Amino acid sequence: MSKFRKEGSKDLPPISTASLPDIVFMLLFFFMVSTTMREVTLKVQIHVPEATELSKLEKKSLVSYIYVGEPQKQFQKVFGSEPRIQLNDQFSQPEDILDFITAEREARDEAEVPMMITSLKVDEFAKMGIVSDIKQELRKASALHINYSSRKKSVAE
Amino acid sequence: MAKKIPEIPAASLADIAFMLLIFFLVTTTMDVDSGLERRLPPMPPEDQNDQDTPPIKERNVFVVLVNANDQLLVEGEPLEVDQLRDKAKEFMANPNDSETLPEKNYKEVPYFGNIGISKGVISLQNDRGTSYGTYLAVQNELVGAINDLREELAEQKFGKTYDKLEGDQQDAIKEIYPSKISEAEPKKVGGK
Repeated sequence: MSKFRKEGSKDLPPISTASLPDIVFMLLFFFMVSTTMREVTLKVQIHVPEATELSKLEKKSLVSYIYVGEPQKQFQKVFGSEPRIQLNDQFSQPEDILDFITAEREARDEAEVPMMITSLKVDEFAKMGIVSDIKQELRKASALHINYSSRKKSVAE
Repeated sequence: MAKKIPEIPAASLADIAFMLLIFFLVTTTMDVDSGLERRLPPMPPEDQNDQDTPPIKERNVFVVLVNANDQLLVEGEPLEVDQLRDKAKEFMANPNDSETLPEKNYKEVPYFGNIGISKGVISLQNDRGTSYGTYLAVQNELVGAINDLREELAEQKFGKTYDKLEGDQQDAIKEIYPSKISEAEPKKVGGK
């Protein structure tokens, strides 16, 4: 009858936590490999439009970003609520793009400069006027390879 | 006999690793960036006059206009964005050699022999008040139309999807269906 001995008479041994660091390290390495560092703090609100004909941006190091959107709530007192351009960490004017592209180019290897891509992250409801100004500036800077950032459209049919 | 060194406690290792993990979770982003890839035309040289550019026949141009209220005018008639793709495909392919659709330029292309290449050009013009969302949707449809045509031709000729073709086969298809989308500088017509 020893099989039916009363439960609880013996304390359960504590679960060993010796392998916990290993598990956590595994998670840590997974996240370190699969993610990229956030480089700028967004000061504008961006909700990018949807599209179907997407191509991925392969080399993150060759991409420079231009953000366009409504300033976030805490900046609206100073900068208003019209869509604005953000380069790096600050609000900018279209004229600043030329300098921005030059600086981006200088930060890269000479051999990599022709492969650089400019990614435009523009809010869905921004007007084309501001986008056209940016495009004109990019043409002046001869940064012709651009990418309109967009989300994958979920096919609803 | 050497003194035994006491073992280093490993109990706090988990805490340290958790701290690192949380740091990385907070400072990194996971989203894969994707988007619609386009090339801008280079700036025209300053000494260029308008007379230098050869005139393009009207039948060879597919005019897409978008106004400040996000409405489309395609080849003189209003159209919805989701009808645009079929219309653009019909224009670029011109399967029946129709008089009103673009002319073809017969040329030798590897794998295909002598084949007619459309002289059609898609011209997109928008207003400064057009919303970016609509603009991108239109761009997407136009790029999609050309991608669809390439895909269909790849399927018909090689029985494979365009992505799986060899480099020179892709080039041959690209030559038959070039991506000719020209954008005019936006006009400011009404609206804010």
